[in-house]
Amino acid sequence: MMGFISYLVNGISLGSVYALIALGYTMVYGIAKMLNFAHGDVIMIGSYVVFSTVSTMGLPPAAGILISVAVCTVLGVVIERIAYRPLRQASKLVVLITAIGVSYFLQNVALLIYGANTKSFTSVVTIPPLSLAGGALIISGETIVTILACIVIMIVLTLFIRHSKPGRAMLAVSEDGGAAQLMGVNVDGTIALTFAIGSALAAVAGVLLCSSYPSLTPYTGAMPGIKAFVAAVFGGIGSIPGAFIGGILLGIIEILGKAYISSQLADAIVFAVLIVVLLVKPTGILGRQIQEKV
Amino acid sequence: MKKILSLCMAMALVVSMTACGSKDDGKATTAAPADNTTTAAAAENDGTAAAGGEATTAAAGETVAFTGEGSFKIGGIGPTTGGASAYGIAVQRGAQIAADEINAAGGINGYMVELNFQDDEHDPEKSVNAYNTLKDWGMQVLVGSVTSNPCIAVAEKSQADNLFQLTPSGTAVDCVKYDNAFRMCFSDPNQGLESAKYIGENSLATKVAVIYDSSDPYSVGIYEAFRAEAENQSFEIVSAEAFTADSKTDFSVQVQKSKDAQADLLYMPFYYTEASLVLQECDKQSYKPVFFGVDGMDGILSVENFKVELANELMYMAPFVATSEDEQVKSFVTKYETQFGETPNQFAADAYDCMYVVKAAIEKAGATPDMDASAICDALKTAMTEISYDGITGKEISWEATGEPNKAPMIVQIKDGVTVELQ
Repeated sequence: MMGFISYLVNGISLGSVYALIALGYTMVYGIAKMLNFAHGDVIMIGSYVVFSTVSTMGLPPAAGILISVAVCTVLGVVIERIAYRPLRQASKLVVLITAIGVSYFLQNVALLIYGANTKSFTSVVTIPPLSLAGGALIISGETIVTILACIVIMIVLTLFIRHSKPGRAMLAVSEDGGAAQLMGVNVDGTIALTFAIGSALAAVAGVLLCSSYPSLTPYTGAMPGIKAFVAAVFGGIGSIPGAFIGGILLGIIEILGKAYISSQLADAIVFAVLIVVLLVKPTGILGRQIQEKV
Repeated sequence: MKKILSLCMAMALVVSMTACGSKDDGKATTAAPADNTTTAAAAENDGTAAAGGEATTAAAGETVAFTGEGSFKIGGIGPTTGGASAYGIAVQRGAQIAADEINAAGGINGYMVELNFQDDEHDPEKSVNAYNTLKDWGMQVLVGSVTSNPCIAVAEKSQADNLFQLTPSGTAVDCVKYDNAFRMCFSDPNQGLESAKYIGENSLATKVAVIYDSSDPYSVGIYEAFRAEAENQSFEIVSAEAFTADSKTDFSVQVQKSKDAQADLLYMPFYYTEASLVLQECDKQSYKPVFFGVDGMDGILSVENFKVELANELMYMAPFVATSEDEQVKSFVTKYETQFGETPNQFAADAYDCMYVVKAAIEKAGATPDMDASAICDALKTAMTEISYDGITGKEISWEATGEPNKAPMIVQIKDGVTVELQ
C-alpha cells in the first residue's frame, strides 16, 4: 500500500512537470492556433540560462530565474516575429514544419554553445523534503514547489485571460482573428504577447523540470515537450485546466504503468490510454466544457 | 480541427522517432561516450590535415633512416567529424602516436609504417567510401572502423578483399564475424559476462538489481549476457527494470523497485548521462547499494556540476585507466597530453594498442611490405592467434580465431572524485 502511494506521489511529481510545460503549449495553441513544437527547446534554453547564471556565475537562484524568464520571453517573441508571423496566412502544415525547424535550430545552437556534455543541474528548490508515515513516504521539495507553481500559474492565467483587457483580446483573437482585427484588436501584438507569456512559462517549467530531473543536455526539452503536448491534447488542447489535469494524469499513468505493468511498455501504455480517451472524447477530457478555447 | 490534431499527433510521433534516432547514432553503436566538447573543438585543427598531411609526415621525414625497401601501409577509418567525432579523433591520435613511436624505434622488422586515416562521419556508406579510397592508396592492413555500424559495413568489403582488419572499438558482435577481422575491445556480451563473473567471484552481493536501456542494443546486449552468466554465479537477480530512450528522465520507479527488492548491488549497463540521474534518484530515496557499471560509465566525472560524492565507491568496467601507475600507460598519457592538450580516453588507448598489435602480428608472421594485402592477411590471421600482447588496455592479451580478445577486465572504482584501479 505504501508502495502504491509512493508511486502515486512520483506520478504526481512527474505529472506536474508535464502539466507546467503543457500550460505553455495549450496557451499558444488556444490563441494562435498553432503548435509550437519549439516550446520544449525554449525550456531547455531557459534551463541553460539558469545553469549559467546560478551554477557557473554564482548568482542567487532567484536572480537566475528572473534572467531566464526575461531571456525566454525575448526568445519567444523573436521566434514568433521571425519564424511564425510571416507565415500567418500560410497553411497550418507550413507553420508546423517551421516550428520543428526552430526546435532543431535551438537544439543545435545549444549544442554549439554548451557542447553535448551532460551538465548536472543544481536544484533551486531549498525546501526540505516532506517525510510522512515515519519516513516511508518522502515527498521532495521539488514536487511540492512544482505542484504549487502549476496551480498558481493556472489560476493567474485563467484570471488574466478572463478579466484583463489583453486577456480578453486573446479570447477574441482565439474566437475569430479576422473579426477581432476589424473590432480594433491588435492581432499581431496579442499573439506576440501570447508567445511572451508562453515562453516565460517555459522558463519556469525549465527550472522546475531540471530541479526534479537534474540532467541538462541540448535534448533535455525535446521528450518532455512531446509528452507535455500529449498531456495538452489529453486534457483538451486549448483548455488551461485541461492541460493541468492532462499533465497530472499522464504522469500518474506513466509511473503506475511502469510500476505495475512493465517498465518497457510505459510509453506504449501512456499512448494507448491517450488513443482510448481520444476515441471516446475526441476533444480531450476538458475539450468541450470550456467553450472559449483558452 | 480533428484533422489538424491527428496530423499533429503523427508529426509528434515522427519528431520523437527521428529525434531519438539521431541522438543515439553516436552512442548506441560504440563502446562508450567520451568527452565531446574538448575534442570537437580540436577537430578543426586535425580534421583538415588528417587525410593526407599527417599520414605522410610520420614516414616521409625519416625515409633515410630505415633499412628495408618500402613500408607497411596501414589504413585507419573513423569519424573525425560529426556527432561521434570524439571517438574518431581519439583513435586517429592514439594510432598516430603509436605509429610515430614505432617508426622512431626502427619500424616493423626494419620497415617503416605509414598511417593514412580517413573520415567516415560515423556513416556506413561513407566508411565504405573511405575504405575504397584507402584501397586505392595501397592499404595493406586496416585499423578500423571505430564505430560499430560502419565497421560492420566495412567488414563485408574487407572480407571480400581478404584484407586484415583490426577494429579498436567496434563492440557489436557482427564487427568481427569474418575470419579476417579482429577487435581490441570487449564485445558487448563479453562485458556482461565479465562483470557477472567479477561480482560473483568477489562476492560483492547476493541480491542484484539491474536497470537497463531496452531501446539500446549496447545495453540490452550486456544485460542479456549478464543475466545468462548470473545463473552460474552465487548471486541472484531480484529485479530487472528497463527504461527507453523516450523515457529516461524519471527513474523513480526503477530505483524504488530495486530498493523494495532489497538488492544490495545495482548493476547499470548504460551510459553515464542516465547514470548520473539514477545516482541522484537513489540518493533522493536514500538507497545505498553497491553501484556497478560498464564502460559507458567512463565520463561520469566529466558531467559538469555533478555531485561527485554520489558516485563515490561506484565501480565500473573500464578498458583503460589514464591515471594508472603502469609505465606504458604513463608514457602514452604524457605523450598524448603534450601533443593534444587533453587526457586520452579509452578509444585513443585502444587505437594505440591496435597499432602495436599489428606490429606484433606482422613480426610474428614475418610479413614484408612487398607481399600483397591478401597474403599479409592470411599470414596475420594465424599470427593473431599465436601472439600474446602486453598493452595499455590489458596485459597478456591473446586472440581467438573468432576475432575476440582474451583479456582480464579492468575494474575501476571512483574514490573521492578520482578513478582508481581495483585488482
